[in-house]
Amino acid sequence: MSWFKRVKEGILTRTEDKKETPDGMWYKCEECKQATPTRALEENCWVCPHCEYHKQIGSYEYFQLLFDGHEWRELDRDLISGNPLNFTDTKDYVSRIKATREKTNLNDAIRVAFGEVEGEELVVACMDFKFIGGSMGSVMGEKISRAIDFSLKYSVPLLVISKSGGARMMEGALSLMQMAKISAKLNLLSQQKIPYFSLMTDPTTGGVTASFAMLGDLNFAEPNALIGFAGPRVIKETIGKDLPEGFQRAEFLLEHGFLDFIVPRGELKAKLASLIRLFEK
Amino acid sequence: MAEPLDFEKPVFELEQKLEEVRHMAEEKHLDTTDMAAKLEEQILELKKQIYGNLTRWQRVQLSRHPERPYTLDYIQNICDEFHEFHGDRNFKDDKAIVGGLGKIGQQTVMVIGQQKGRDTKSRQYRNFGMPNPEGYRKALRLMKLAEKFGKPIICFIDTPGAFPGLEAEERGQGEAIAKNLMDMAVIEVPIICIVIGEGASGGALGIGIGNRIYQLENTWYSVISPESCSSILWRSWDHKQEAAEALKLTAEDNLELGIIDGIIPEPLGGAHQDPQEVYRNVREQIRKDIKYLKTKTPDKLVAHRIAKFSAMGVFEELPHEEHHGEATSNGSHKKASED
Ligand SMILES: [Zn+2]
Repeated sequence: MSWFKRVKEGILTRTEDKKETPDGMWYKCEECKQATPTRALEENCWVCPHCEYHKQIGSYEYFQLLFDGHEWRELDRDLISGNPLNFTDTKDYVSRIKATREKTNLNDAIRVAFGEVEGEELVVACMDFKFIGGSMGSVMGEKISRAIDFSLKYSVPLLVISKSGGARMMEGALSLMQMAKISAKLNLLSQQKIPYFSLMTDPTTGGVTASFAMLGDLNFAEPNALIGFAGPRVIKETIGKDLPEGFQRAEFLLEHGFLDFIVPRGELKAKLASLIRLFEK
Repeated sequence: MAEPLDFEKPVFELEQKLEEVRHMAEEKHLDTTDMAAKLEEQILELKKQIYGNLTRWQRVQLSRHPERPYTLDYIQNICDEFHEFHGDRNFKDDKAIVGGLGKIGQQTVMVIGQQKGRDTKSRQYRNFGMPNPEGYRKALRLMKLAEKFGKPIICFIDTPGAFPGLEAEERGQGEAIAKNLMDMAVIEVPIICIVIGEGASGGALGIGIGNRIYQLENTWYSVISPESCSSILWRSWDHKQEAAEALKLTAEDNLELGIIDGIIPEPLGGAHQDPQEVYRNVREQIRKDIKYLKTKTPDKLVAHRIAKFSAMGVFEELPHEEHHGEATSNGSHKKASED
């Protein structure tokens, strides 16, 4: 705790102004179709009060939800994609990245921030699905890698919040290697006995599941989150049958032994703080 | 002889012609030496021209050639002795991954690899070289066995992908591969990985964390197959050639991207044209690397592997000034500027 406390008053405190939700806006639940005032939804951690549906949210919302006083410091936000393959499909990769950056106001599909959760220091790396489906390319690999370095340097636990369709095709084999890069590097946290928590949210599939998302000291998920290696469509095509109800949902993974627990979003912050204290040296 | 690949047809036609000429010479006692020699020369020229200018898609086709040597062929021809071990000690024995201890000269090695089948029956038996979670767990078990007794590990990669099945998901395909990536990184003996055919995505990478990584000349290694890439990005299966070009998935590409350490040459026309030559090349590379890697301490080997993969990636860093104190995301972000 000491390091953060010491420098907190100085350079570290960055307050992201609260995004003011205007009155009179309503959210229609994707699941139960019932309407909720947007402000009430936000106060309920973007969970539908009628049916508990966890609306998909991004890094900004998670940081707000987790960090004390809505204060955090973003790390390595200046990293952006290169174009190692000069990749072009229906659009060239550089234009795609540029357009997505402009549209989303994000630099890539993950942001890393440092702050306090009920007074406990935590590094959080959180994906943004709206940035090319939360896809993992070199930037995501490097950002998580540097988050690990930060955790090591200051002995602070790491939480990765996954929400991703998997590796970013437009970076070819390099995107595949990000799985290896992060997984290999997690060994350093293990060696230093610094806890690594993995939270999987809807959806977490492909290369993210087949690497760091499944490698937490504790793996947990939001209710009903889709989590899998192969996507449901591919599996359905392979076996030529419809998939059973609830297949690849968080509850299914819990039942099959791949999650430690499921945590509703409203309880996430308190749960994390408790866990950090349990693991404290 | 197998059906020629589409781009190989001109060569096969000439070879057939040569066959006929020779046949004629025998039957009718004609002297066709000149004609045959000329044809042979033509064939060689054509081969050099075709195989010297392969497109990426053509390399993919060669990597899947039905006569190409598979993992067990390499094991039989490279090892002076081999004993296969089975099972993950938990669920079952996955036939899509084989492994065991063998000897290359005086050196005991653990050899592990994905295995494809040659005919309909054996293809099914091997699940087309697509492992289930227990395959990755067997591989890791064998690697830890090798580590315990200080034996170097060789991994032959040849898979169209980890199996995307219902039971595979139930048993944690993602977790199995993930654990291999993490644990292989810290195995305290040398690991050498060689892509001998197809290196498709996480299914390949699951046995791919080595101190040395090679591709044979006509193989591919990437995040997705050209066909799947085509179906996702072009929403049709018809753009596999373009997808292969875009993915830059060949040995040359990956060498340039810093993903592999070297390319092991194949005979003109592919490994199946002269397997013995390929076995020799592979064996030599392995012997050379083991000799060198054995001089490294376990700590060095592990540190090398972690550093090797940590360095992979291409990205840019915007100049700090550009964002310094500037409001960006949501009109509210400020950049911490001290580091
Ligand atoms: Zn609802």
